[in-house]
Amino acid sequence: MKVLVAVKRVIDFNVKVRVKPDGSGVETANVKMSMNPFDEIGVEEALRLKEKGAATEVVAVSLGVQACQETIRTALAMGADRGIHVLTDVELQPLAVAKLLAAVVKKENPGLVILGKQAIDDDCNQTGQMLAALLGWSQGTFASKVAVNAGDLAVTREVDGGLESVALKLPAVVTTDLRLNEPRYASLPNIMKAKKKPIEALTPDALGVDPAPRLKLVKVEEPAKRQAGQKVKSVAELVDKLRNEAKVI
Amino acid sequence: MGVLVVADHDNKALKAATLNAVTAAAAIGGEVVVLVAGHGCADAAKAAARVRGVAKVQAVDDPAYANLLAENTAPLVVREAAKHGHVLAPATSNGKNLMPRVAALLDVQQISDIIAVKAPDTFVRPIYAGNALATVQSADKVKVITVRATAFEAAPSEGGAAPVESLPAAGDQGLSKFVGQELSRSERPELTSARIVVSGGRGMQNGENFKTYIEPVADKLGAAVGASRAAVDAGFVPNDYQVGQTGKIVAPDLYVAVGISGAIQHLAGMKDSKVIVAINKDEEAPIFQVADYGLVGDLFEIVPELEKAL
Ligand SMILES: Cc1cc2nc3c(=O)[nH]c(=O)nc-3n(C[C@H](O)[C@H](O)[C@H](O)COP(=O)(O)OP(=O)(O)OC[C@H]3O[C@@H](n4cnc5c(N)ncnc54)[C@H](O)[C@@H]3O)c2cc1C
Ligand SMILES: Nc1ncnc2c1ncn2[C@@H]1O[C@H](COP(=O)(O)O)[C@@H](O)[C@H]1O
Repeated sequence: MKVLVAVKRVIDFNVKVRVKPDGSGVETANVKMSMNPFDEIGVEEALRLKEKGAATEVVAVSLGVQACQETIRTALAMGADRGIHVLTDVELQPLAVAKLLAAVVKKENPGLVILGKQAIDDDCNQTGQMLAALLGWSQGTFASKVAVNAGDLAVTREVDGGLESVALKLPAVVTTDLRLNEPRYASLPNIMKAKKKPIEALTPDALGVDPAPRLKLVKVEEPAKRQAGQKVKSVAELVDKLRNEAKVI
Repeated sequence: MGVLVVADHDNKALKAATLNAVTAAAAIGGEVVVLVAGHGCADAAKAAARVRGVAKVQAVDDPAYANLLAENTAPLVVREAAKHGHVLAPATSNGKNLMPRVAALLDVQQISDIIAVKAPDTFVRPIYAGNALATVQSADKVKVITVRATAFEAAPSEGGAAPVESLPAAGDQGLSKFVGQELSRSERPELTSARIVVSGGRGMQNGENFKTYIEPVADKLGAAVGASRAAVDAGFVPNDYQVGQTGKIVAPDLYVAVGISGAIQHLAGMKDSKVIVAINKDEEAPIFQVADYGLVGDLFEIVPELEKAL
């Protein structure tokens, strides 16, 4: 079974994101970019499936500007076999990403597609579910455990009340949650090897998909800042303030 | 046209966040119709009919919807969505799982996790862990939306008397099966709607300390217990305790953060709380930048003292 993993290039999770003064977006110049953390978990899971013999090939796919190739290289350095880059400068929203990925899936015929549950930039939590819908496939979202069985995929999902297990007909789409695994670091030899692995370049045109955004961004602004309060000296003072000043207990 | 709200429920009762989605629907304007898809869900449908502001409840009772599997529920919602201008669901794990599938089938770009309605086609939503707020406008024929519960008041759960209409099911897609669930049982209030939340972080050191230190304080305050990602990853508490960008969003009257440093991903889930208390031995911890009351010191001394003082 071939496994496709979607890897998005995002502002690194450690960066303190700043809104541009003109309200057109957030500052991206000279900002550290990384693979979306949930996608690192996705790559790791695909590699583990391969190491267990449940997967035969791991293909990393990224969509967007030229620099997404770096993100694909990171996946290749972790151990993915090859990459696919859908090159476009258009701002991609989840529906467009899902349509492009669906077109890639039609070409590649994987048995499983793994995405992150959420990109930490747009915080949409949509793309995997949309991809499953467009393909008419099953979906195992927010996965904390995945096992390939004869004929189906067992997925444990992190839900509001705890954990839920489902059995999915294959092929399937899975989105990763934080507890699925701990992603490996790429070793130096593997980083060297990754440089020789192939990355296929595609375009939305070649895939027959119109990637134009549907939502118009009216403006981006900073949220109201919370004022730091006061330090209290003792538990007695704290309880007194909560009772008589804040009146919350 | 009207606004369709897809209820989140467990067949017996509505999940609290459904009430906040009803308020968001009312803010958009038009008749609010609540869809209750489930199995043996008559009680949940009746509960929806009693919610103030609801004009009509549509109940679909079928084994295919017993556990709200998205593969089965999405085609049903798509069928009903065609009659409305907006389809909303709370941004609960069920809502997040279902609605993008609905949106893609309708060829619509979903708007996730809205915190304000500016106009029937214009909404505000947080991005980058709440470090920025985006105002977005949709030209899609149907607006598919998930609602951040903490940003809208809960509609009163009593006072309405909407008619309940029963609709036919849309079939089992045969793509997925519910196998089982492991729910964390608790007598405490539900985390996302609790008036007071006491959360522990990596500073708690282990799960036993959550029981010895956090729970007695929570009991005295009638509070829910939450946690940082670090505490969940380390196995101190179950996954559904996680508060943050990629966990639960809470905005209680009082949030007490114990042994939590205040990473941006954690703040994203709790910084709209009315009053924040931080207990941390590191006076430089970023949590103090958002705390109304900060107490610097060893939590293993402070927390038992707090429990006694309450
Ligand atoms: C993709 C992604 C998503 C994430 N999502 C979330 C999320 O949803 N929610 C979330 O919380 N995090 C999330 N994180 C993780 C986040 O970045 C932080 O790593 C995490 O919040 C840290 O948890 P913590 O504050 O408990 O631990 P730490 O940062 O290690 O802080 C522990 C604190 O305890 C204090 N302490 C230790 N001992 C004592 C003592 N005896 N008395 C008093 N104080 C003590 C220390 O001074 C320290 O400040 C996410 C990260 C990523 C990359
Ligand atoms: N431009 C992209 N390139 C590759 N993968 C993407 C892209 N956008 C979204 N994804 C995938 O979809 C997941 C969820 O993104 P989102 O729905 O935007 O929160 C991400 O974790 C990625 O796996």
